[in-house]
Amino acid sequence: MEKAIVRLLTCGSVDDGKSTLIGRLLVETESIPYDTIESTKKIRRSGSTIAAGEIDFSLLTDGLEAEREQGITIDVAYRSMSLLDGKRLIISDAPGHEQYTRNMAVAASRADIGLVLVDATKGVRTQTLRHLTICSLMGVNRVIVAINKLDALGYKQSIFEDIQATLEKALSRMQLPDVIFIPLSALAGDNVVGKSKNMDWYTGATLLEAIQSWRPPAADVGQARMRIQLVSRAENFRGLSGTVHLGSFKVADEVRVFPSNQITRISKIIANQQEVSAVDDLQAVTLVFESEIDATRGDLIVSSKEELHPSDRFNADIVWLHEDALIQSRSYLLLAGSTQTPATVTRIKHKIDVHTGGETAATDLGMNEIGSVEIATDTPLTLLSYSKSREFGNFILVDRLTFNTVGAGMIRHSLRRGENITYQKYEVNKGVRAAQKSQQAKVIWLTGLSGSGKSTIANAVEKRLYAQGMHSYVLDGDNLRMGLNADLGFTPADRAENVRRVSEVAKVLVDAGLIVLVAIISPFEADRRRAKSLFAEGEFIEVFVDTPVEICVARDPKGLYEKAAQGGIPNFTGIGQEYQRPIAPNLVVKGDDDLDASVSKILKVII
Amino acid sequence: MRETAAAYRRPVMMYSIGKDSSVLLHLAKKAFYPAVIPFPLLHIDTTWKFKEMIKFRDQAVAKAGATLVVHTNQEGIASGINPFNASISEYTRVMKTVALRQALDKYEFDAAIGGSRRDEEKSRAKERIFSVREAGHKWDPRNQRPELWHTYNTRLAPGQTMRVFPISDWTEVDIWRYIMQEQIEVNPLYFAKARPVIRRGVQLIMVDDDRYPLNPGETPELIEVRFRTLGCYPLTAAVESKAQTLTEIVDEVFEVKLSERATRLIDGANEDSMEKKKSEGYF
Repeated sequence: MEKAIVRLLTCGSVDDGKSTLIGRLLVETESIPYDTIESTKKIRRSGSTIAAGEIDFSLLTDGLEAEREQGITIDVAYRSMSLLDGKRLIISDAPGHEQYTRNMAVAASRADIGLVLVDATKGVRTQTLRHLTICSLMGVNRVIVAINKLDALGYKQSIFEDIQATLEKALSRMQLPDVIFIPLSALAGDNVVGKSKNMDWYTGATLLEAIQSWRPPAADVGQARMRIQLVSRAENFRGLSGTVHLGSFKVADEVRVFPSNQITRISKIIANQQEVSAVDDLQAVTLVFESEIDATRGDLIVSSKEELHPSDRFNADIVWLHEDALIQSRSYLLLAGSTQTPATVTRIKHKIDVHTGGETAATDLGMNEIGSVEIATDTPLTLLSYSKSREFGNFILVDRLTFNTVGAGMIRHSLRRGENITYQKYEVNKGVRAAQKSQQAKVIWLTGLSGSGKSTIANAVEKRLYAQGMHSYVLDGDNLRMGLNADLGFTPADRAENVRRVSEVAKVLVDAGLIVLVAIISPFEADRRRAKSLFAEGEFIEVFVDTPVEICVARDPKGLYEKAAQGGIPNFTGIGQEYQRPIAPNLVVKGDDDLDASVSKILKVII
Repeated sequence: MRETAAAYRRPVMMYSIGKDSSVLLHLAKKAFYPAVIPFPLLHIDTTWKFKEMIKFRDQAVAKAGATLVVHTNQEGIASGINPFNASISEYTRVMKTVALRQALDKYEFDAAIGGSRRDEEKSRAKERIFSVREAGHKWDPRNQRPELWHTYNTRLAPGQTMRVFPISDWTEVDIWRYIMQEQIEVNPLYFAKARPVIRRGVQLIMVDDDRYPLNPGETPELIEVRFRTLGCYPLTAAVESKAQTLTEIVDEVFEVKLSERATRLIDGANEDSMEKKKSEGYF
């Protein structure tokens, strides 16, 4: 389908003349209402040197009041204009300070064309390379390098050519198939809309021409696929709604639904409130099938000819978007279209330097940083590589507590490991094993500060269970750190991994039919939630051992608080690192209460 | 819209009777056909809307087979506030912003679809398609979730609600072109007709009923006018026009090049007014 909208991303700072360039493009294509233009003749930024009564083009692309005070833009702003062939151009403007990479990645994720501004009076700077690297990473199709302010340099050809030669060297290691260099002046209006009279040595396209001549690259025609967005129901009607990608569907096509792998045929296609016989790429449709199939939101419909390679392990590049750094082994929600599943970054392979494209070793990823990672999903997905499909190769990571969007990822390739391991079902299962012991398998997860009394309580509970003939086991955080977890320290990432391993061991023991008592600080809510998600409803009992920190310090059974206070233990919970109180524990016991009372409380939940 | 219907417990669609709402309603019909629109429409009635708006609303909703919820801030009515005895911004806050918050709370709507567009006003250029509102419907423009590709984060933390702007990227011309292309019925007030108007400064105000306080000796004159946006009649200025068909309107919109909200008295108040209203909960 012909694209009616072209999206342009502008890269550069106000100093490069970005706002002026876009402002001029809008005014000269008559895309701005005249009253708005009038207001830009009156308003002035502090320090502005533009004469009263002249248009300050740069004011046309700014937004919120805070920005006007600071004289800079802070987010992504959008502007719209009509191209001569009737298509619409949406210009997104990402600002140029510390949240830059994040904002630019947001704007670049949907951009067809990237407009990279170079201030000719300053030459190629590191930010230019950063812009090109991000355009390349986010799969921007065409890049226009606008070499601006040539009016201030006598419109000299040699300056333009030097900058072009420098950049072409850097471009050779990037994935940018289509780059156009244009010499121009935003202030004087050379080569923006009309050809410049001052640079007859340049015979190429003006900025507007370079934008208008862009066409979407010929799609790598694969098999059509559609993610189910909504199951639509009416009387005697059940259809599956979504948007078709990478091909077309026809009535009577045989399709497969993933993950159920059921095969059926399309009996009806509804688009635009009509029944149609076929639908194209990028159309929003509702499909009806010949047979009743098992399908819900987030499932995938593909042509049955397509061989799917579901995987739960991927190599991906991630742009980190949030102040709280990416933590290896922590569980996040992965959203890919309407598909959602918990996912964990299992390894940060390296960071990508946005200025040089070089790789540096890393164990974490802070805001605005880009990393190459391995990611594991809880359920297998059928993602494609980003270079093949932006739509099916992207995902975002969402914090499981605040639901903030924290990361954006591009699949490089899937790791096939997942496919080769299938879950073996055994006939003697958890229920059978637990029944043999006349008990219900459960995990009692005791969380709390060091010295709060977790081990003491676990010990007392287990003694009572033993006396009643129950089969149990205690997983003690400290004890496990002497063996299984001996390689882990106390950084948030190591703690996340520590909790992950302990919860996986607990899961094995629950499967053996045991009552498992876990005594572990587990200071982060996200890690505890992930642990809980491994177990069936009602199987995981979170017990918060809520002992005031003063009491823990006074007790200090292992002398750790003393040591931490002297700076000997950097990541000590409650001193160098926070303890996140459980939001909705199943049970709260006080470590300074009567031990027997606490034990009885817990036993009541178990038996 | 499908995303909203699928992801939320109690979504609602704002219906303000204007052309953007007509387009939203049409899109909703298309998105869910043959099923009916799976969420109710919400109209915040200030009691000062044009009579033709209310009539049109009831017809359009009935035709779509949709459910309509109308909410008025009764405390506001009881306090006697109206467009003449309070400042325009105070009146709007009480009868629109507060009323909207009341309605969202009363019906426990967790997501509200609105027809705002980025081209209408500068601060709207910063909205996401899925824009989170904190508890109390507060908008924090500095703390908005980044939105990439078409991968929308629809999840809500406790206390948060979502505002959804499906036609954020559209412009006024797009709206009219789409109305033309799809033959969508829009309110007759958008078409030029001789209407009783008075002059207030440079603005033309239509006198829709006898509640409008006229100056001594003043009588409304009949002038051929139409409206570019619809709202409360004392606050929505008309423009002189002869455009009686959609084609003529599109030609006029292309030619006039006047920011459409300039005919709404409220936004002229000061340059930052929309952002302030939005951070309090306005659409």
